[in-house]
Amino acid sequence: MKLMTLVKLALQAIRKNKMRATLTMLGIIIGVAAVIVMVAVGYGARSRIKEQINNLGTNMIVITPGASATGGVSQGAQAFATLTVDDATKIRNEAQYVTAISPVVATRMQVVAPSGNWRTSINGVDIDYQTIRNWTTSDGAFFGPDDVRSAHTVAVLGRTVAQRLFPNSDPVGQEVQIGKVPFTVVGVLSPKGQTAAGTDSDDVILVPYTTASSRLSGRARIPQIIASAASQQDIPAAQDEVRALVRESHKLTQGDDDDFTVKNQNELADAAASSTDVMTMLMAAIASISLLVGGIGIMNIMLVSVTERTREIGIRLAIGARGSDVLTQFLVESIVMGVIGGAIGLLVGYIGAKVLGHFTGWETVISPVIMIISIGFSGAVGVFFGFYPARKAAAMNPIQALRYE
Amino acid sequence: MSDVVIQTNAITKTYESGSNSVHALRGIDLTVHRGEFIAVMGQSGSGKSTLMNVLGCLDTPTSGNYLIDDVHVETLNKNELAAIRNEKIGFVFQGFNLLARTSALENVELPLLYDRSGRKRDSRAMAIAALERVGLADRVNHQPSELSGGQQQRVAIARALVTEPALILADEPTGNLDSRTSIEVMSLFQALNEQGITVLLVTHEPDVAIYAKRIVEFRDGRIRRDEPVKNRRNAAEDLANAEVLDDDIMAPVIAPAATVAVAGGVA
Ligand SMILES: Nc1ncnc2c1ncn2[C@@H]1O[C@H](COP(=O)(O)OP(=O)(O)OP(=O)(O)O)[C@@H](O)[C@H]1O
Ligand SMILES: [Mg+2]
Repeated sequence: MKLMTLVKLALQAIRKNKMRATLTMLGIIIGVAAVIVMVAVGYGARSRIKEQINNLGTNMIVITPGASATGGVSQGAQAFATLTVDDATKIRNEAQYVTAISPVVATRMQVVAPSGNWRTSINGVDIDYQTIRNWTTSDGAFFGPDDVRSAHTVAVLGRTVAQRLFPNSDPVGQEVQIGKVPFTVVGVLSPKGQTAAGTDSDDVILVPYTTASSRLSGRARIPQIIASAASQQDIPAAQDEVRALVRESHKLTQGDDDDFTVKNQNELADAAASSTDVMTMLMAAIASISLLVGGIGIMNIMLVSVTERTREIGIRLAIGARGSDVLTQFLVESIVMGVIGGAIGLLVGYIGAKVLGHFTGWETVISPVIMIISIGFSGAVGVFFGFYPARKAAAMNPIQALRYE
Repeated sequence: MSDVVIQTNAITKTYESGSNSVHALRGIDLTVHRGEFIAVMGQSGSGKSTLMNVLGCLDTPTSGNYLIDDVHVETLNKNELAAIRNEKIGFVFQGFNLLARTSALENVELPLLYDRSGRKRDSRAMAIAALERVGLADRVNHQPSELSGGQQQRVAIARALVTEPALILADEPTGNLDSRTSIEVMSLFQALNEQGITVLLVTHEPDVAIYAKRIVEFRDGRIRRDEPVKNRRNAAEDLANAEVLDDDIMAPVIAPAATVAVAGGVA
């Protein structure tokens, strides 16, 4: 039989039992809609994280200690892998594609002010930090080159820290004690909000990196050096250059592997966003269980339908249908049911995701790929769960089927 | 090709139901030549339908063998049997067996949809032509539930002849019809037979059997009598006469012939 005839036949059979077909398809509809909504929310989270990281700075390049994990095996060199202020200095002096650079000397300490105390991150940075992170002060001013050169005890407070330590007064010009060292507050940073990882970016104090190395406790380390390339197009060249310079600075010879990693902003964004992928997959997997249940519903109804239509099958066989004709007829019927259910589910899921996004403020992203996959998958559910009932119908003996009451 | 369409040798059919077994057929030897028109008669339960099902390749005999157009049916696989049912045989069932909630046209078209020979292109036109032949051109889009018993029977006949089979097997095609409609149906079979189609039909009514060329009578799964019809009648002529006469006066017209057939049966 022609495919068109088969599809027409399937639609006729479905139409003859509208209510039942609708209830059967409901399983598929709910399953597909659930998958669509879950994936839409997951993709929404992913794109939000990427956006946040891309807002971190302009044309940013980040150098972190340790080889990148891509090799799989961790190298012995990693034990010595540390970034130093000298690496940063070398890049500043020699790199051509890099317009701004700042080491980040990080530590955590208790900070005491007359009206409160707070434990927070202390980041020793260079003045370029403002440019690279695109982060300016809203009160007072950032420290200047002099402060860095002479390792002055000046500090710029993040918004959260400022509110904790000076709830009722202007912190600029006042004194705070970081560890045992007194610092003068010169400025307060404008608020940045949450980081991609969900922590508060404003819970930080910036001091000159020279001061951080010399005056604060020896536990300070350099978890990263950040830099800006001159322009978007210069990013790859800048990355190569930085890599060569740091290798030189670390006295690595030809055969040695890098003991540090140079990544640009996009790569970082991808890496961070990929953490949401597991979550998205998990949610989609849970949602697809309902798709499975929907499939079992189709199978159940097709089995009932085969029994109910035994006479019809007998008639078809008696006038010359082959077993395979009957098989394809029932198979097409369950596929059509699956695909119609999938299409409706897609629509419901699409609307559901929009409504959910509207009321929760979550961003939801529906990709065309997931649309095609979900329709294809519901068709596949139809094939898988329709096959057994269809084969049962095809295996019937014509005369017994005709005698069936 | 010989002119033997059907040949059965010692066909038996035994149904096992629980502890006792029913011998529906106890050894049937039947030869049917091309162009024959046979009426199969016999008491209820004598095995007529069972034989028709075997001849129609719907059922398999318990023993014995069956040749259709010199082909041993036992040797055929399921798909080959389906092809024979589709192309060679037109089967009219004892209980119509039309698809419910499906129009007359689609019911008649059905066998053509399973045709694999590729000869039957315009299935819709062929189905309409077949319905015209049985006089149902104006009921094409009616569903079985919207048709009278006689009309349903004619749809079933149209479905049997739409594939232009060489052999038509009809199990009590006039079983539920009044005498006038029965004659109409018989005139249809006679016309088909004249075109060279071999017809086997089961009937209880002697007045119907007299339109056939040969009568085979069953009793208890055996053939009791097998002889040509004496005083064979022409259904078309009887109808034409009935047109002139009133319906009430029609009964005597066919009654004498019926008496002859019954008398023959008893002898
Ligand atoms: N599936 C079956 N299982 C058991 N016995 C059966 C089956 N089909 C038919 N029989 C028996 O076989 C015998 C012949 O049945 P069959 O249907 O051939 O009779 P028939 O001559 O067509 O009768 P009727 O004129 O009433 O249609 C009957 O005794 C019937 O009870
Ligand atoms: Mg019968």
